[in-house]
Amino acid sequence: MGLDIRWPIGLMFTLIGALLAGDGALNSANSISLGININFIWGIVLLGFGAFMLWGAVKGGKKPPAP
Amino acid sequence: MQPIQLQWLDYTILAAYVAFVIGIGWMLSRYMKTSSDFLTSARSIPTWVTGLAFISANLGALELVGMAASGAKYGMSTAHFYWVGAIPAMIFLAVFMMPFYYGSKARSVPEYLKMRFDERVRALNSVAFAVMTIFASGISMNALAKLLNQLLGWNYNAALFISSGVVLLYVLKGGLTSAIYTEVLQFFMIVLGFAPVVYLGLKDVGGWHVMNHSLQTVALNPAALNLKDAGISYASNAWTSAWRPVLAGPSHNPMGVDWFAMIFGLGFVLSFGYWCTNFLVVQRAMAAKNMTAARNTPLVAAVPKMFFPFLVIVPGMIAAALCTLPDKGYRIPPPILSPASYARAIEVVKNARAGDPADAVTAVSAALGTKVAPDKIVSLVAANAASKLSDDQIKAGLYNSIAENDYDGVILSLVKRYCPSGLLGLALTALLASFMSGMAGNVTAFNTVFTYDLYQAYFAVGRSDRHYFITGKVITVVGIALSILTAYFASMYNNCMDIIQLVFGFVNAPLFATFLLGMFWKRTTATGAFLGLFGGIASSATFHALTLAQGNSPGVKGGYLKVVEVFPSEMAQNFWLAAFAFIACLLLTLGISLATKRTKSDAELKGLVYSLTPRIVDDQQPAYMRPAVVGVVLLIACVVLNLIFW
Repeated sequence: MGLDIRWPIGLMFTLIGALLAGDGALNSANSISLGININFIWGIVLLGFGAFMLWGAVKGGKKPPAP
Repeated sequence: MQPIQLQWLDYTILAAYVAFVIGIGWMLSRYMKTSSDFLTSARSIPTWVTGLAFISANLGALELVGMAASGAKYGMSTAHFYWVGAIPAMIFLAVFMMPFYYGSKARSVPEYLKMRFDERVRALNSVAFAVMTIFASGISMNALAKLLNQLLGWNYNAALFISSGVVLLYVLKGGLTSAIYTEVLQFFMIVLGFAPVVYLGLKDVGGWHVMNHSLQTVALNPAALNLKDAGISYASNAWTSAWRPVLAGPSHNPMGVDWFAMIFGLGFVLSFGYWCTNFLVVQRAMAAKNMTAARNTPLVAAVPKMFFPFLVIVPGMIAAALCTLPDKGYRIPPPILSPASYARAIEVVKNARAGDPADAVTAVSAALGTKVAPDKIVSLVAANAASKLSDDQIKAGLYNSIAENDYDGVILSLVKRYCPSGLLGLALTALLASFMSGMAGNVTAFNTVFTYDLYQAYFAVGRSDRHYFITGKVITVVGIALSILTAYFASMYNNCMDIIQLVFGFVNAPLFATFLLGMFWKRTTATGAFLGLFGGIASSATFHALTLAQGNSPGVKGGYLKVVEVFPSEMAQNFWLAAFAFIACLLLTLGISLATKRTKSDAELKGLVYSLTPRIVDDQQPAYMRPAVVGVVLLIACVVLNLIFW
């Protein structure tokens, strides 16, 4: 099938990662759990994972199909 | 537990996930041209995708919720469901069985049975499988809707229809490929959604060593956490070692199982029966793009599967450990009771006289409809008599006095405890993803078996591919509708889950004997396989009717004819039942095969039976790609894990 699944996975985790990290940065008082800003930290982790997937998709060569 | 209040960020994450899974189905819809595209993915998918889908289809929410529950109840021994009950069978499937499934060009497991034996065996397997997948899907959806209702206050019907509707949308658009692709996305969602909960839980409890130390306290007095009856005590390693408590005997481990039942019942019969013959998981490997990819699919899946205990069982162990640390203020959640029950019990506490504690305890227990800790009720009544407590204070006291645990609530209680808004949305989305992957897996397996093995085989032979393509889509809708109906059925009967699991056990346990003999002994006849399988199922039912687990009354849980054997636990009863049914099916099939004539020649069985099929030569591939080599490496890794947690 023509869809490289790394595109949607990468895009989704980049989006969720950005949302979480953004919330952690701007709304840090409500992002704390056990003394750590978990939203910010985990948002960065998800961003990294999303970027890794996108990098794999780009390197793999298949463009996301046009809608 | 009070309902959780979600914020806009949580809803946004949930919405993003739903949009992406529907989007995947929509993008794939353009490639759906034939019934093969829709029902079997036209054998076009790369290994890493089928591998992760293989594991994700099995990773339903019942497993996520259930394994955390077992982690609290039984500790590290629960890992046997992975290290003994999954990895060896997955390796066996890859190395020995996949060549027959994939090489025979069968489109489903029942179709393989038809090629190897005859229509009777195919029909028996297809009908049993179709019914089981619908019930599995419905039970899973009922659990999800109940959870969303209790946890978020969502309407049960709305939760059921919306989640089923999302699955329907993406499966109807993109068929099996859509289910497989979204399962990969769901796999990452589940891992990345629950990993921070495990990390925060370990941090809270004080690290791995403190958790182990606390679990030693649990083992010495499990009654303190309502895990066992008063007076029961185990060796200090009962919750932290995987093997030592099991080797010590059934009375020395909280599961109540012995090593033979564990290794033969779980590790051989149940495990191989599930992983090697269940079309739900085998279908993912059969969708791979070539034989090597198909054989490597279970091996790719085995890598994360090996480490899943740390994601799904450790949270339960953390929960049990937290209960022993008074400063943490945590308890395993009690069963969810209705506000009316609490209101009745509050009135009882208010009207109780401090001088009559026994009556108060009985009355509170009756009002709540559950067991309570007498000393806590007596203290509560005394505190209320001394200074009038508010309703909320009494309710909190009642909550803490309930002497029963709702183990299925463990994982959610930790999510609620540690996750701020945002991370909460991520964890709940992971839970939703696990439910959806389970349902989509069942529905796609159901529509393939129903369309090819029942409809095409018996009702509409020789029609055009377009006809079966459309039928596959219609059956997808029917499958979802039947799942919703069974969800309502499951919600009406408390013991529905027990009955269904029982039926699964009856059907699945002997099936592996049929496959084992069929694939590795060319003398196995169709009549032998058919009657052996029937006899195996009947043996399961008879075994169950004559045995019982300690603490259960005769009925759905067994012993309804006569009790001739009592097992220390339900798990032990199930493991022994599986072993008995397997041996019965094996001996019956052997005997009847020897007494009946073969109906298929050696030429017809080529590619279906081990001794008549040319060996696959892997020499052309690098060592790390050869299934046998990878299988041995994984087996060694699995043994090492067993030794580390011995």
